[in-house]
Amino acid sequence: MSHAEVGSRLASIKHVVLVLSGKGGVGKSSCTVQLALSLVGQGQRVGVLDIDLCGPSIPRMLGLEGRQIHQASAGWVPVFADPSKRLACMSIGFLLPSKDASVVWRGPKKNAMIKQFLADVYWGDLDYLLIDTPPGTSDEHLAAVEYLQEWSPDGAVVVTTPQAVALADVKKEIDFCRKVGLPILGLVENMSGFVCPHCAECTNVFSTGGGEGLARHAGIPFLGRAPIDPALVMLLEQEDKTLVPSANGPAAAGQEQERTASIVETYQRCQLSKLFAEIARRLTEGVAQQQQQQQQTADTMYS
Amino acid sequence: MASTGAVPENANEHCPGPESEAAGRAEGCAGCPNQEICASQAAGPDPDLGVVAERLRDVRHRVLILSGKGGVGKSTFTGQLAFALADDESVEVGAVDIDICGPSLPHIMGCAGDEVHRAADGWSPVYVRDNLGVMSIGFMLPSDEAAVIWRGPKKNGMIKQFLRDVEWGRLDYLLVDTPPGTSDEHLSIVQLLKGSITGAIVVTTPQEVALQDVRKEIDFCRKAGVPILGVVENMSGFVCPSCHGESRIFYPTTGGAKALCAELGLPLLGSIPLDPRIGRACDFGSSFLDTCADSPAAQAYAGIVAEIRRRVEGTV
Repeated sequence: MSHAEVGSRLASIKHVVLVLSGKGGVGKSSCTVQLALSLVGQGQRVGVLDIDLCGPSIPRMLGLEGRQIHQASAGWVPVFADPSKRLACMSIGFLLPSKDASVVWRGPKKNAMIKQFLADVYWGDLDYLLIDTPPGTSDEHLAAVEYLQEWSPDGAVVVTTPQAVALADVKKEIDFCRKVGLPILGLVENMSGFVCPHCAECTNVFSTGGGEGLARHAGIPFLGRAPIDPALVMLLEQEDKTLVPSANGPAAAGQEQERTASIVETYQRCQLSKLFAEIARRLTEGVAQQQQQQQQTADTMYS
Repeated sequence: MASTGAVPENANEHCPGPESEAAGRAEGCAGCPNQEICASQAAGPDPDLGVVAERLRDVRHRVLILSGKGGVGKSTFTGQLAFALADDESVEVGAVDIDICGPSLPHIMGCAGDEVHRAADGWSPVYVRDNLGVMSIGFMLPSDEAAVIWRGPKKNGMIKQFLRDVEWGRLDYLLVDTPPGTSDEHLSIVQLLKGSITGAIVVTTPQEVALQDVRKEIDFCRKAGVPILGVVENMSGFVCPSCHGESRIFYPTTGGAKALCAELGLPLLGSIPLDPRIGRACDFGSSFLDTCADSPAAQAYAGIVAEIRRRVEGTV
């Protein structure tokens, strides 16, 4: 089945990357947000599409709760997270009547919504479209891959935490990617240790190194390891994204907190942003390399 | 937005209701955006419901462990709760894992790699203790790397088999570990156990990003008529093992589970601090309460288990 309407939307988007993980709560959404912010920081135009229909987290993390989608003649206009409109976002969270309302949908309705997101959103010119997914290997994943397949998405970034229980589910996700023919651009090990703000001792809350081991074992590129950073957790949590968060919890009343112009700048103040800048750089390199390879195979096929 | 049986907002004016016999086929369905979906679903009550009810006749308490959010510790909690309940040898416990795409229970309960045996009466669960049986799709996969790439209907079929075809026998507790979200698996389990669910335990972590999804799950429980036994806050606070300074990894910017419970009128069963040894116990499939009984987290667990028993056994 051809999905021409999806294709015409994707024509103005250079790269499409899915963020996957078999396990829930490993930080898919927070990694998606951080990758997006890092790429925007590096001068790219980025769109974030949240296809976690039952538990959309992206609006809160980007500080876009309560915002509305506008319908224009060209399609749904996404919500922009920064004043320069370099970071666009689309999520079912913008379409719900209240933040407590549950979306109790079975597969077919979810598939229809995802198709609509892919076919009807007016992204404009983008360098990267990052697609944040729910945990598992089921309807949403199949739908996204099915609709995107013929327009060959660049691939997937797999997120994991280091403990064995999470790795088991992530192995399943890697198997999924292989079965559906989605290239894996790399693996990110998240929540790898926590630096105690009192004594600066790093504790491996969920152990460490498991992700790197898995990447080596599965023969996929390892993009990097990110510890838990309370300042980042705070940034993703707080409603006002222009406040520079501190690692020690919210500021006391009356205490002056630094402000920036937008979430993109606030993020640059977090320690973790340097690490993610590196992860984003490796990702862009991987994407470029893969494109080159595809180009070469295509050239040899036609010559 | 559509609930289990309610008419979707964008439906036609004369919608017969998505669960009616005529769903998708009635005159009023012509041109409705949901027509195809309604028509593709089986109409009328499921004939297997009676079989499931008969099979689970001797199960006294059916408890769901839910959370809208992934990775908050549903399976960890289910596993530890099962171990703790089974510490009392007079209590028969069953744990069923309906997270079809990411089964963690076998690993957490130390029975990964075991196989399910088929007897005349049906599948027999994997027994990790004499009075503790576990059932999960994890026991049926060819390798632990194999993905289960199934759409809703296949997942629902599997869940039905776990209830209909497993020889559970006499149980005091059947604990149901669920995947995150409010979708196929959740609708199926609620429909299959129609009206006989003792209650749901909602697991959350303290930060707003998780609470948001948990509110949705509570909304689901209310729409689906599942009573809520209470809320458990997991990963609240972290005690550094080297300096014993307490810090908050996931800061409760909106008041955490306590504020959520107060807002929605639900009981807070307890808060469990983050202890790296819990994760390690899960990786090795051992009971955290037995191995680290001195930890504040184990004490919190013990308090919550006692509270659950009081609430569940007091209600019957």
